[in-house]
Amino acid sequence: MTRLFKSREALLALVIVLMTALIAWRFPAFIAPANLASVFNDTAPLMILALGQMIVILTKCIDLSVTATLALAGMAAALMNGAGVPLPVILLAVVVLGAVLGAVNGLLVWKVGIPSIVVTLGTMTIYRGVIFLLTDGKWVNAHEMTDGFKALPRAVLVGLPVMSWIAVVLIAVFAVVLNRTSLGRAFFAVGGNPHAAVYAGINVGRTQFAAFVISGALAGLAGYLWIARYAVAYVDVASGFELNVIAACVIGGISIAGGVGSVSGVILGAIFLGVIANALPVIGISPFWQMAISGSAIIIAVAFNASQSRVKGRIILKQADA
Amino acid sequence: MTSPASPSVTRNVPDRLQSSFTRGVRSWEMLLLVVLVLVFSANSFASPYFLNVWNLSDATFNFTEKAMIAFAMAMLIIAGEIDLSVASIIALASTAMGLAMTAGADTPMIVAAGIATGVACGAVNGVFVAGFGLPSIVVTIGTMSLFRGISFIILGDQAYTNYPKSLAFFGQGYVYWVFSFELLLFVLAAIAFYILLHRTSFGRSVYAIGNNATAAQFAGLRVVRIRFILFLLTGLMSGIAAVCLTSRLGSTRPSIATGMELEIVTMVVLGGVNILGGSGRILGVVLAALIMGCVTFGFGLLNVPGIVMSIFLGLLLISVIAIPRLLAHKFKRA
Amino acid sequence: MTPVLSLRGISKSFPGVMALSGVQLDLYPGQVTALVGENGAGKSTIVKVLTGIYQPEEGTISVDGTAMRFATPGDAAKAGVTAIHQETVLFDELTVAENIWLGHAPRGAFGLIDRRAMRSKAVELMRSIGADLDPDEVLKDLGIASKHLVAIARALSIDARVVIMDEPTAALSHKEINELYELVETLKAQGKAILFISHKFDEIFRIADRYTVFRDGQFVGEGKIVEVSETALVQMMVGRSVDQIFPKRTHNVGAEVLRVAGYNHPTEFADIAFTLRRGEILGFYGLVGAGRSEVMQALFGITKPSRGACMIDGKAAIIRTTTEAIAQGIVYVPEDRGRQGAVKGMPIFQNVSLPSLAQTSRGGFLRLAEEFKLARDYTSRLDLRAASLDQDVGLLSGGNQQKVVIAKWLATKPRVIILDEPTKGIDIGSKAAVHEFMAELAAQGLAVIMVSSEIPEVLGMSDRVIVMREGRIVAEVSGEQMTPETLVRAAAGIQEAA
Repeated sequence: MTRLFKSREALLALVIVLMTALIAWRFPAFIAPANLASVFNDTAPLMILALGQMIVILTKCIDLSVTATLALAGMAAALMNGAGVPLPVILLAVVVLGAVLGAVNGLLVWKVGIPSIVVTLGTMTIYRGVIFLLTDGKWVNAHEMTDGFKALPRAVLVGLPVMSWIAVVLIAVFAVVLNRTSLGRAFFAVGGNPHAAVYAGINVGRTQFAAFVISGALAGLAGYLWIARYAVAYVDVASGFELNVIAACVIGGISIAGGVGSVSGVILGAIFLGVIANALPVIGISPFWQMAISGSAIIIAVAFNASQSRVKGRIILKQADA
Repeated sequence: MTSPASPSVTRNVPDRLQSSFTRGVRSWEMLLLVVLVLVFSANSFASPYFLNVWNLSDATFNFTEKAMIAFAMAMLIIAGEIDLSVASIIALASTAMGLAMTAGADTPMIVAAGIATGVACGAVNGVFVAGFGLPSIVVTIGTMSLFRGISFIILGDQAYTNYPKSLAFFGQGYVYWVFSFELLLFVLAAIAFYILLHRTSFGRSVYAIGNNATAAQFAGLRVVRIRFILFLLTGLMSGIAAVCLTSRLGSTRPSIATGMELEIVTMVVLGGVNILGGSGRILGVVLAALIMGCVTFGFGLLNVPGIVMSIFLGLLLISVIAIPRLLAHKFKRA
Repeated sequence: MTPVLSLRGISKSFPGVMALSGVQLDLYPGQVTALVGENGAGKSTIVKVLTGIYQPEEGTISVDGTAMRFATPGDAAKAGVTAIHQETVLFDELTVAENIWLGHAPRGAFGLIDRRAMRSKAVELMRSIGADLDPDEVLKDLGIASKHLVAIARALSIDARVVIMDEPTAALSHKEINELYELVETLKAQGKAILFISHKFDEIFRIADRYTVFRDGQFVGEGKIVEVSETALVQMMVGRSVDQIFPKRTHNVGAEVLRVAGYNHPTEFADIAFTLRRGEILGFYGLVGAGRSEVMQALFGITKPSRGACMIDGKAAIIRTTTEAIAQGIVYVPEDRGRQGAVKGMPIFQNVSLPSLAQTSRGGFLRLAEEFKLARDYTSRLDLRAASLDQDVGLLSGGNQQKVVIAKWLATKPRVIILDEPTKGIDIGSKAAVHEFMAELAAQGLAVIMVSSEIPEVLGMSDRVIVMREGRIVAEVSGEQMTPETLVRAAAGIQEAA
């Protein structure tokens, strides 16, 4: 528990609380439980994607193709729905498809040794292109989706929509996996000190591969949620959203150099962006401000992270304990 | 391969073993040239409209602006950094041009506003990366949102149109016959960056920093200053590209050039620049620009949608990097 | 007695270097075997073979008489071989307990890591080696000595039968070293076989039962420590008597070139003052981590001293960057050749011309012919062995890389050259070449500072020796006073014995 709230996360939480309090001071409706729940629900896809991106970044890689994977899996879900495939099968299929797309990224990084930024730069255009090939650029609109397909993410269960519950469960699973399994610790080890990871008997490439597969599977799941919630599927779904995902990670204290980060940080980073996105219309600021604000937040966050982890010089002099 | 430590090597170490000719034949650029010729001939066969000088001249517009930035980006990537904010710099510079126009500035002032904004944006990136030592990929993801975000704040869902007629020259004018002003800029930029990277001590320092920044610092190179200049150059080229693009489109929207940074990085990597820094050549980037232009144009003539072309470019990007690596693996085992 | 672990005919090569050729090694239960050899003798390579990092091209590894293959570090761990490495192979961002158990953590319900058991077992393990650390402390907040204890605890967390200690005392204080010796006794009593790698003869004779000597990647000899003398061991290590290795020098010291006064740094060094003359070789001796490299890097403009003055030829010199240092005629050949010295990935001639580009270029434009000429001139003086000057420096052997780095600095025509561990990790042949060349440089009137941890090298080459300990100069000796004993005592902080 003590580790859960080490300075960085606590500070970010404090910033979010202060920001929310400031908004609530002028616009008390913002902190009505129903509204907070809806902010959380709005942020759920971002959280899910950011959890996947987090483990990829932990291993010193980056996945620019997450939203392309999301779009492709989402379109596949919409098409399957149109073809009468039952919903549970669709759910399974999007996760598997996402994992396969992630595995393609992972194999190119692990077995061919191409830097992840190049691989995912390529696959992000390829995956989106495949959507076009599948659909000829046509949209799948709300009326072409069954009610059951659209209803699932919104169905309310014990006060929260299913989409929120999925995010909650994934957060819990990630907290356990990252802290309590050897794979979880391997993600940290590979990014923190790849050289030492080899000594500890950890296969660096395979761990990176696993990170990509997991990230892809989450993006696949998020694809269904996204398409079903917004009830429309097309080639450019969530285009550019991968930057918000990376932003959530950076604001949450994930070091781009690998090996540093926590689930709580990433979730707070996502919530930070979610609160801003939802608060701007409430306080009457044009939503056009959102982009500049999140951009500034990224820069402030990375500068802060860097100042926290400045390498201290070697301590050779022993005046103190002599 | 002779072992470097083998006693058979004479005491007089020769300068070079391979002539520059044999090197050229075996180089990445040669591979790109082959690809270019293939793409070009395939296009000529596929469409009767391809081999028309005016059509070809039109086609150059789809790569000239990107390529100008790609040259600066190539140097930045060789030095081990990256700038993902270039397309957003275009948006902000173009917005600045619109602001200048609204304020009643004449064409030279509008152009100056665009270029100056580009340089200023480059300086912002440079301060954060070179000055404060922050990772460039994260900083420029941040400024990518920031710069375009400022454009959105200024413009919202509006657009600047009504640019003076004389501005049109930069993006639509022709210098001689079929040769456009942008094509001239592209050629000049290619030559300038070729000289800067391959013929000056500044360019040599860029390679040294990209291969080993610590050793470069230990060798007395002014690493911080060089990194900063590279970001300035990238900002400058983005500013120039913004002038061309704004002039060509005749309008500014905050969404201008969205996604262009990825096409530029693709162009640079396809051109043989190592994304991890340390190696790459301007000639390769030029060839990559021509290939990408050819593919775009050819597919356009065949009415192939743009998105299919991006699949092709994505596959090309991964395969040109993967195939040599996979072959090298094979040969090693054999 | 039969060995637990036995190596026979192990060979391993790297491009350009034969790191091990047909070596043997036996380790016995309850005994400490010291592995001795000079830098570059193949000690680190054999450790990597034993822990499954490297796979030898030839030879057999047998455990209890059964031949085994250590294809991965995991295989070695399963066979009960564990190592406490020279480099810190720990994870700064993980906790003490996680560092100890990474890869083989105790499991609880659902196969999940049992964090409570992990923590309590970590405490137990640390207590067994006399360490008292908080298992939840993040490693980056610990000092070097504590990190070392974590590394030892980690090594013992697998039920090891063979423990390899690679220069375990290099970064430890006197008190900590004594604690480590006690730990070694404990491990011996538990019947573990220990491979102890060290450069320090006093500790070898103090704790080892047996010895094995390697030289240039070859097995030279082994035996019981009680049956060998220090001199004999040195003889085996070096292969010839010490004074033959070093070139004869005429001591021809001229006017003062460099004067350093009152150099201080908040954490790294204090009260550094010394002078250097033309034609002189000034040795800097001390244990690893005594602050010698840090002082040199401050002189070279890498780190900034908080206080102090530096004078060159009697004039105050301000050195804030490497560029300014080079302009003042001070150059530095770093210890970490791969990271700070050679620019791997670039050809030899470009490495040589890098700090001299202002001379070889005109108006900022490169002149390749001038660069080749410069590279040819200086590399030939050092007897560089390479296929061509256009060859990637990264493909050269360590010794030849070092020659390129030295050539690069000579080409700037410096007045003061600082060589930081100039012969570390390079083969004997290149070593002699570097020594000879240093002598030649001094004879030509260059002022040379040589930082070295090898006593024979320091004594064989220097006119004068400064000894540092814990960031301070503790002795300056010359002439008759320059004996191994004075240096070792000063470096270790041992008072004169009665």
